[in-house]
Amino acid sequence: MIARVLHILLDLALIVALPPMLIAVIWKVKAWFGGRDGPGWMQPYRDLRKLWNKSAVYSRTTTWVFRAGPVVNLAALGTAALLVPISGTAAVAGFPGDLIVVAYLLALGKMATVLAALDTGSSFEGMGAAREITFGAMAEPTLFVALAALAIATGQLRLGAMLGPVLAAAWPGMMPASLLIAAALFIVMLTECSRIPVDDPTTHLELTMVHEVMVLDHGGPELAMATFAAALKLLLLGSILLHVAMPLAPWPMKVVALPLLAAVVGVVESTMARLRLYRVPLLLGSALVLAGLAALLVTMGGKA
Amino acid sequence: MDLQTAIDGALVMVLLLDLGLLTLGRLATAIKALALQCLVLAPLPLAAEAMHGSVGGHGWLILGATIGLKVFLIPWVLLRAIRTGEIHREIEPLVGFTASLAIGAGLLAVAFAVGGGMRAPGLSISPLLAPAGLGTVAIGLLIMISRVKAITQVVGYLVVENGVYIFGLLLVGRMPALVEMGILLDLFVAVFIMAIVVHHIRRTFDHIDTHLLGGNGEASS
Repeated sequence: MIARVLHILLDLALIVALPPMLIAVIWKVKAWFGGRDGPGWMQPYRDLRKLWNKSAVYSRTTTWVFRAGPVVNLAALGTAALLVPISGTAAVAGFPGDLIVVAYLLALGKMATVLAALDTGSSFEGMGAAREITFGAMAEPTLFVALAALAIATGQLRLGAMLGPVLAAAWPGMMPASLLIAAALFIVMLTECSRIPVDDPTTHLELTMVHEVMVLDHGGPELAMATFAAALKLLLLGSILLHVAMPLAPWPMKVVALPLLAAVVGVVESTMARLRLYRVPLLLGSALVLAGLAALLVTMGGKA
Repeated sequence: MDLQTAIDGALVMVLLLDLGLLTLGRLATAIKALALQCLVLAPLPLAAEAMHGSVGGHGWLILGATIGLKVFLIPWVLLRAIRTGEIHREIEPLVGFTASLAIGAGLLAVAFAVGGGMRAPGLSISPLLAPAGLGTVAIGLLIMISRVKAITQVVGYLVVENGVYIFGLLLVGRMPALVEMGILLDLFVAVFIMAIVVHHIRRTFDHIDTHLLGGNGEASS
């Protein structure tokens, strides 16, 4: 009981404190690849504090939808994070079928961001919104098929139970399928978190931005919320991925592996170029095929 | 990690490389992926023997021959043909990459549906063997019919050959000698086909070279 409470407190602390650290790791790795030292480890936290203390400026053409965007996004992702096991094998909260809630909370957050972007009436933001929705629509089936494969393999519909000891027990038989799911989830993570090779988070050209252009008109606390929510999404999807990829590892390993996963994202960003826009569907299609193959293997495993 | 998991993992890896071959846009990368697929497949007969009991010395011999030929020699010849022949390095698909990936995934699903029910005559080393073999053959055929260049035909042929090789592993417990002979026959046919195809490609280059000779004086030999 005490251990459970401690895990819940640790999860909550990680949800609040860890996401900017993941961004810092990505920045550091990218800087090291470029032969620079990079910004300090605390820079994302400082940025958030700076933005939080600023006041926001709103365009007169925008409505409440614009202001609601980052708030709804952060709230949706925060709720989803409560349903995902981060440190322990169980999530803070959970109920049968919560994996669908998590997937749709992600979609809700995205919808809020997109609507806020469309509300500004800027053509660039509209373009970014269109791309975000296009990529999101292609990444979402992959997430669902991957989660469905896990549900078939473990017989659980609760995310916390699905990624917990049941998966560890099933691991020897379904290791190939698990690794396929992990690979598919990695591509989904890169897409959902707007990282290279789908989106370049450091680009300075509105034409090439996807996520950045959508939050272009946000300022102050709302930009802080959008930035934090993007990092939180990395934590959330990264946690699911790590639980699938290394179910046998003890829980401190999974927490330590989160920054390592961020480092891998940094390596991918440093060594890969962004894909041409029309190659992105191929990447996301491959992810869907990986997840589908995993589902096939899992159903085969049940029969054999 | 036990032997069974390793075999299953290798077969899944082969299926992934099948799908990868459908999406890769560059010839050299595709050939390297094919070499990797052959490398993953090479130890499987040995693993099957180990699963059924003893590992004989000729098992290692066949492993060595397979790796030497399919992982090093054939890819080297193909890469050299690309380099010296100055073939345009991009694969020209008749069916787009995304479409061929979708078709490939569909073929895999069919292979799993059909092959999943197949039972090996002897003791099977993995339930994935039949689906993986069928899927690899189907994707190899898809590569052969949906790509333009002669050299991608060779790649497709070798993928089909790998599929037949996987399928042959189904028989490994019942008649090992036959399977080994089959593998050696595969090697022989592979060399044979390779020689013919490379010769054909050479002839094509000669043709191109004569065109160059007309325009630029002496072309590269």
